[in-house]
Amino acid sequence: MKKINKVKIKINGRKRSINSKISLKCLLSTNKISLKKVAVEVNEKIINKKMINKIKIKNGDKIEIVHFIGGG
Amino acid sequence: MDDYLNISNKNFKSRLIVGTGKYKNFKECSEAIKASGAQIVTVAVRRVNIFDKKKPLLMDYIDPKKITYLPNTAGCFTSSEALRTLRLAREIGGWKLVKLEVLGDKKTLFPDMIETIKSTEVLTKEGFKVMVYCSDDPLMAKRLENAGAVAIMPLAAPIGSGLGILNKVNIKIIRSRTKLPLIIDAGLGQASDASIAMELGCDGVLINTAIAMARNPIQMAEAMKFAVQAGRKSFLSGRIKKTIYGKASSPKKGLI
Repeated sequence: MKKINKVKIKINGRKRSINSKISLKCLLSTNKISLKKVAVEVNEKIINKKMINKIKIKNGDKIEIVHFIGGG
Repeated sequence: MDDYLNISNKNFKSRLIVGTGKYKNFKECSEAIKASGAQIVTVAVRRVNIFDKKKPLLMDYIDPKKITYLPNTAGCFTSSEALRTLRLAREIGGWKLVKLEVLGDKKTLFPDMIETIKSTEVLTKEGFKVMVYCSDDPLMAKRLENAGAVAIMPLAAPIGSGLGILNKVNIKIIRSRTKLPLIIDAGLGQASDASIAMELGCDGVLINTAIAMARNPIQMAEAMKFAVQAGRKSFLSGRIKKTIYGKASSPKKGLI
């Protein structure tokens, strides 16, 4: 059986281990996150949503996914 | 004559802006917004809960195509946090009209005006239209205007305090020295506070806690709507002069 390479990342402050081949766009869609309603940051750099296809996830990446909530 | 609130070349019929925090749920929040007649609502930027996908979303209840979302930096204590938050807000969906709030003290939630002015300059250069929460200091308000703010939003009293306008004189001075939209932000407690703000010549008010935490938020939202309208009309109508003696309302002629 072929071994799947895993990478360790942090999403919204929580540690996760994911398939190294997965793209950022794929990570969002597997988590059922609509790109229209969020903004994404990788290692404190805001990702242009039009370019999200091209972003590969690397070991140690810190990913933040934010949206609007109720606030004053 | 139509009387609009004009912010950054956009006209709004309602002069009441409401916050979307502290409600029991999104349903109550959306009903209160409806009752308030507000066309602009403030929203916060926070992490998506990726581990609980069933959690309802604000956008499912309040349509950003119908109501103008005003991303806010509530909870930010440094310029860099505030800038990061608003840059992310812009990326969510192209929001350029934003509310900047850089707090300086956890107890009073007073704004840190030095960080606020710095952030206003940076954001303006980046193309944001910045509405700025600030202290009720006329000199700071002027500095913000020079830094490129599109609206000045002085506090009436500490956020969530419900104390009403503590320094009416300062608000009047700020009014007389700026042509920018002047919007009272924070500290109002009841409908009459909103009327007073409008009677002082403010262009609008922003209310969250006084509506969301009222016993009946939806009814209070409606009360605020009428209070803002009443205060605005009262201001435009021109009040009478105050005198210390009485002046009879009925003519003396024909007195029996």
